[in-house]
Amino acid sequence: MAMTTTPEAGHSQAEATYRPAANRLGLWLFLASETFLFAAFISSRFVVSGTEQPEHLNQGLALLLTLLLLWSSISAFRAEAAMAHDNRRLFQREMLTTIVLGLLFLVGVGIEFNEALTDFPANSIYGSAFFMLIGLHAFHVLTGILALGVVWNLGRLGHYGSDNHWPVEGVVKYWHFVDLMWVAIYPTLYLFGGS
Amino acid sequence: MRQLLRAVIFGILGYLIGAILTWLIRGGSLGDEVCVVFGYVVGLIGWLFGIGMGDTWVREWFGLPAREFEVTGWKRYLGFSTDHKVIGVQYLATFVVVLLLGGLAAMIIRFELAQAGEGILNADRYNQVMSMHGILMVAVAVAAILGSFGNYLVPIMIGADDMAFPRLNAVTFWLIPPVAIGLLAAPTLGSFDAGWTAYPPLSIVNNGGQILFVLAVTTFGLSSILGGLNVITTIVTMRAPGMTWGRLPIFVWAAFAASMISLLTTQFFAASLILIAMDRVAGTVFFDGGAGGDPLLYQHLFWFYSHPAVYVMVLPGFGVVLETITHMSRKPLFAYKAVVVSLLSIAGLSVIVWAHHMFTSGMADYLHGPFMFASEMISVPTGVIFLSAVATMWRGKLWMKTPLFFAMIWVFQFLMGGVTGIFLADVVTDVSLHDSYFVVAHFHYTIMGGMLFAFLTGIFFWFPKITGRMINDRLGIIFALWLTIAFQLTFLPQFWLGTNGMNRRIADYPEQLEGANLMSSISAFVLGGSFLLLVYILLSAAIRGPKAGDNPWNASTLEWQVSSPPPEHNFSGQPTIVGHPYGYGTAGSRHAEFADMAAGGQAQPKQAGTGEGADDE
Repeated sequence: MAMTTTPEAGHSQAEATYRPAANRLGLWLFLASETFLFAAFISSRFVVSGTEQPEHLNQGLALLLTLLLLWSSISAFRAEAAMAHDNRRLFQREMLTTIVLGLLFLVGVGIEFNEALTDFPANSIYGSAFFMLIGLHAFHVLTGILALGVVWNLGRLGHYGSDNHWPVEGVVKYWHFVDLMWVAIYPTLYLFGGS
Repeated sequence: MRQLLRAVIFGILGYLIGAILTWLIRGGSLGDEVCVVFGYVVGLIGWLFGIGMGDTWVREWFGLPAREFEVTGWKRYLGFSTDHKVIGVQYLATFVVVLLLGGLAAMIIRFELAQAGEGILNADRYNQVMSMHGILMVAVAVAAILGSFGNYLVPIMIGADDMAFPRLNAVTFWLIPPVAIGLLAAPTLGSFDAGWTAYPPLSIVNNGGQILFVLAVTTFGLSSILGGLNVITTIVTMRAPGMTWGRLPIFVWAAFAASMISLLTTQFFAASLILIAMDRVAGTVFFDGGAGGDPLLYQHLFWFYSHPAVYVMVLPGFGVVLETITHMSRKPLFAYKAVVVSLLSIAGLSVIVWAHHMFTSGMADYLHGPFMFASEMISVPTGVIFLSAVATMWRGKLWMKTPLFFAMIWVFQFLMGGVTGIFLADVVTDVSLHDSYFVVAHFHYTIMGGMLFAFLTGIFFWFPKITGRMINDRLGIIFALWLTIAFQLTFLPQFWLGTNGMNRRIADYPEQLEGANLMSSISAFVLGGSFLLLVYILLSAAIRGPKAGDNPWNASTLEWQVSSPPPEHNFSGQPTIVGHPYGYGTAGSRHAEFADMAAGGQAQPKQAGTGEGADDE
C-alpha cells in the first residue's frame, strides 16, 4: 500500500499528465492482486472444512463487527468527500471516526479469538480456517488503520486540499476494499452451512 | 554504500529484536521457528527502512521532506537508486550470480549421480542440494529477464523516462537480497529438503530450514507482485504520444502478459506458503491429513501459481527472442497481431491448466480430462509464437552475430521442450512418466532452453546498449556452440533415463542406468565450464571491449535511438511515435521522431501519428 499513500518523486514535466492515472491504476492492480490472496484463503476454507460450522459461534458479535466495519466505510467515504470540498474539520472528524471504528473492530476480533480458542482451537479443521481468515483480515485492518492514521495526521497538518488529496482517496479505497473482503469472509465463516 | 551498510545493520538489529522479544514473551528457545518468523519479519522491515524507505516514504508519512542522495558512478549500483536502468543492471548482476550459485549446486548433483550408489552425498544431503538448486534456479527463471530487461528496456521502448513508481521499483529490487540471504542461511537451522515445490506433509514436519525457505520465497513473491504491478502501470499510462497498443515492441507486450500473471497468481503461492508456515508455527492443521486437513489443497494452491509461473519465465523470453530475430533478420515481425493475441491467451489459459501436475496425486478422476484438454490448448498459441519466429527468419537477411545464434538455438530448444511436454500433458503417458527423469529433461529444455537461452540472447543483444561496449563476437559464438552441444549431451540422455524408470529427486538409481548417467554428468561439467567462458566474455567486454556507438545493430526501436548507455532520463526531448516498430524493408518507414531539445528547444516534431494515438488517451 505504501505507494498508495505517497506520490512518487517527480521526474519530468510529463509527470503531471500521467501521475493521477498511474496512481489509480496502480492501486486497482494492487487490490486485484489482493483479491486473489483472499480468494486463495476463502477457497481453502471450503476445501478443507466444507461448509461445516461449530456449535458455539458468537453470531451476535460477528454481526456487530460487520456493522462496525460497514459504518466505518461510510465515515471514510465522508472523510474523502469532505477533503474534496476542502472541509478540513469534517475530514478530521470523519477520519478519526473511521480509525476508532477500526480499532473497535480489532478489539472485537480479540474477544472473538479469545472465545474461539476454547470452542474450536486452531488444531481443529474449522479452527484453522477461522483463525487464518480472520487473522489475515485483521492484519489488513491493522495496516489500514496505520495508513488512515498517517493520512489523518498529514491532513491535519494541511498537506492536502481539494485538488491534491490522492493519498486520502487511495487510503479510503483501500479501506473500502478491506471492508468488502469482510463482506465475503463473514458469510464464509458464519452464515454458509451450519449444523 | 552508507545506505547498504545501514540496511545490513538495521536488518540484523531488527532480526535480533524480533526474535528476542518473541522469545521473552513466549519462552522456549531462541532458535524456535516462531522466533525466526518474527525475527525475519522485523529484520526485513529494518532492512527496507535502512536501505532507503526510511529516507523517502517513511519521512513523508510523517510530513517531512524526503532525503535525497546524490550518488554517481558505480556506487549507484550499491544503493537505493530509483533509476530504472540502474535497477535493471542490479537485477542483471544479482541474477547472474544466483544463476552461477544454482549451477554450482547442479554440478554437485551431477557429481553424485555420475555413479549408482552413495557417493559424496548421502540421501538427505542430496535432497537438500537438489532443493537449493531448484529454488535458486526457479528464482532466476522468474525474475532474471523481467527484472533486468523488463526494468531496463520497457520504459525506454515505450518512450517514457522511468517506471511509473520509481521508488516502488527500488524496493522491489531490494527485497531480493533478503531472499538470497534467507535461502542461503537455511543450513543453520537444518537445510530444507522438500524440493522447490515444498509439498506437505514433508514440508510441515522437516528441518527448521524449511521455515526460512517459506519466509524467503514469500518475500520473493511480494517482489514479483510489486514488480508486475509497476510494469503494467508503466505500459498502460506512460506510453509516448503516438505509441498505440499496436505499435508496442513485442518485448513490451511479452513483459505485459507475464506481469499480468505474476501480479495476480503469485498471491496463491504466497497463500500456500503462509499456510505451511501456519501449520508449522501456529498449530493449524490445513495439510495434516490425520487431523482432517488435506495435503492436496497445497498442490492446488501451489500449482495455481507455479504453472502460470513457467509462463512468467518464458513469455519475456519469447519477447526477447522475437525482438532479436526481427532486428537481426531485417524483417518485420511475422504476424505481429497474432503473436500479441497468443501472448495474452497464454496468460489467460495459464490459470486453468494447473492440475496437469497432479494427474497421479489422487485428485478426482473427472478433473483429468478438462485439465488435459486445457493444457494441450496452450500448444496452439505457443505454436503461433514458434511459427512467427521461424517465419520472421524465412527469407530474411540474417545477420549471424551471437544474439541471432542464441535466438536460433532457442527455437530448437523450445521445440524440443514443447514437443516433449505434450506427453506430460497427456494423462495416459503422464501416469508413467510422472516424477521421472523425462520430466527433468523436459523442463530443462523448456525453462533452461526457453528462458536461459533467451536471457543469454538478451544479454548478447543489449550488452552494447547497457555498457556501451561490444562483445567479442567470435568468443560469443564459441560459447553458444559449446553451451548448446553440452546441453544436448546432458539432457537428451535424461529422456531415455526417464522412460527407463529413473526417478527424479532420488540420490540413487539402478546400476544398469549408469552409462547414460555418467554421460549426462560429464556433459554437465562441460556445460558448467562454458559459463566460465561467459563470465570472461562479459567482463573483458565490459572493461576493454570496443566502443559500440548508439546503434550497433542498426535497429529501429527506441532504445537504439539514444546513446549507449542511455542518458539519465532516457530522452533529451519527447519522442513521438509515428510508425510500426519493425518497418524493415519498407522505404521511408519511421518508428519515432524526436523533439530535439538540444537544438535550442525550438524544433517541433511532425504531428504524424498523433491522430492514431489519440484514441487511447
